[in-house]
Amino acid sequence: MEMSQARDISEPANIAWEQRKRKLLPYGYLSPTLLLLAALTVIPITTVFLYSLVDNVIVNPNPPVFVGLENYEEVLTNRKFRGALSNTMYFSLVSVAVHFIIGLSFALLLNSRLLSANVKAVFRVIYILPWVFTASIIAILWRLLLNPHGVINFVLLELSIIPELNEWLSDRKLALNAVTFINIWSGYPFYMVSFLAGLQGIPDDLYESGRVDGGNAWQLFRHITLPQLRPIIISLALLDFIWTIHQFTLIWMTTGGGPLRSTEVLSTYTYKAAFSSHEYSIASTIAMVILAICTFVAIFYVRSQRMADE
Amino acid sequence: MIGSRRQILVRKILVWIALILGACFSGLPVLWMVASSFKSNLEIFAYPPALIDHSFSFDAYRAVLGDPARLRFFFNSYLVAILVTICTVVTSILAGYSFSRYDFRFKRTLNLIIIGVQSVPPITLMIPYFGLIVWLGIYNSYTALVLTYMVFTLSYAIIMMTGYFNTLPRDLDEAVMIDGGGSFVTLWRILVPISLPGIVAVGVYTFMLAWNEFLFALTLTRTNDMRTVPIGIHLLMGQHSFEWNQMLALSVLGSLPVLILFLLFQRYFIAGMSAGSVKG
Repeated sequence: MEMSQARDISEPANIAWEQRKRKLLPYGYLSPTLLLLAALTVIPITTVFLYSLVDNVIVNPNPPVFVGLENYEEVLTNRKFRGALSNTMYFSLVSVAVHFIIGLSFALLLNSRLLSANVKAVFRVIYILPWVFTASIIAILWRLLLNPHGVINFVLLELSIIPELNEWLSDRKLALNAVTFINIWSGYPFYMVSFLAGLQGIPDDLYESGRVDGGNAWQLFRHITLPQLRPIIISLALLDFIWTIHQFTLIWMTTGGGPLRSTEVLSTYTYKAAFSSHEYSIASTIAMVILAICTFVAIFYVRSQRMADE
Repeated sequence: MIGSRRQILVRKILVWIALILGACFSGLPVLWMVASSFKSNLEIFAYPPALIDHSFSFDAYRAVLGDPARLRFFFNSYLVAILVTICTVVTSILAGYSFSRYDFRFKRTLNLIIIGVQSVPPITLMIPYFGLIVWLGIYNSYTALVLTYMVFTLSYAIIMMTGYFNTLPRDLDEAVMIDGGGSFVTLWRILVPISLPGIVAVGVYTFMLAWNEFLFALTLTRTNDMRTVPIGIHLLMGQHSFEWNQMLALSVLGSLPVLILFLLFQRYFIAGMSAGSVKG
């Protein structure tokens, strides 16, 4: 070991090689990541984009024909697509807003000085529970509870909150709100956990001086807590918005997009276009539109991350 | 501004009421699911409903655990999740080290791409994956699942790992370098051992994602002997007669690994999570 080092220093060629090695080293460490991402994101995205510009792909015996943006025109003017788009936006925006409210309320509650550490630890685990269940299990769970003969209908009927048994997941008027509710239930713990960490990072002095200035609880919350949490709120909301737009499993396994497309979102619509109707060009076009929406949101997300870095 | 004793008591009561209401919201559905998995299939929607009724038994669990086809779902889920976790952890340590300790051209761009990958919708990749995976000859194989899952676990893992390495002082690795250790030795002997909490967080997070994945498992596997737990549940739902109790028992059993991991590593996990995703 020592011998070889002595030789390294004595030979200029070796120093040059060492320098080059040092320059290439970071790429070497990154190479598995870059290979995987190139093979499984860059190439596929390029492929989807190309599919969206042609007709007759994959299953059609005729050779593909270049059609330019015709598929986009067809998709964007389609009523089913617009329905799915507006459902997706409703589903995502409501989910993000309510996730924020519940996540922050629970975090504030768990951060209360009036509770002992043990109590907090127990309730923290209970509040996080929805997060450990996978979407397909959450789907089963809520199909059980929201079944027309299920326990939720029973309780609501007994309390006279609803006049008759509701078909939560198969009534056109209720289904979208029902799946949104399920998504809210399953997603708020992520916010709660992040807010808890954020709240613990706010220095006590800020509150002390706020109190000295005569601020009440609401003013302290409004002028200290919220501004301090701002960076977390922004990145969480953007990330969650992107994830909710992606959401497939939950809807696929609760309503499958039905009844009568009342819960059809972009991802279930794409899946059906590709794997039930075998219209791969159309499916690719919708997939590109989803990608465009997510990329648009992601730009803000990346910016907010970079701001937090600086 | 600290109120009287009475005021504090009132506040305490209000906080407890809120606390219990919140626990009902998050905990009761789960409790109901677990309780229902012990009922007979006929009693699942009995009127009036009861949390525990006369049909209480372990029959559903016996049916699930006694069926080799369903045990296979568990085996597949474990195998895939563990492989994904190992591959993701190793790859993200290497990448995180590179981002944290080196300056190089395109560093910023590559970092942005990796953050950006988080926002690529799985459904967008689904259509070309199908063709790509068939072309590579790995359709209906563990390899296909491991590689595709990594696309979605890796970027988050790298962000978390880079964040963790950034919190460790550079003096540490420089000391080793001066002593003649190479860069890989530094990483392996010095950084990896002290980064164990971060690595555990990345591992647990990755395992959870892989254990829960649905869309790729559904599309990239064909035969029942390759299916994972979430797909197994889906298949049960597709059958004509709903075996609710068995479906619920399978769900409870399918959630246990993640729940146990989570309870064991809660602290690491939450710390790593908040360091990685959201820098406040």
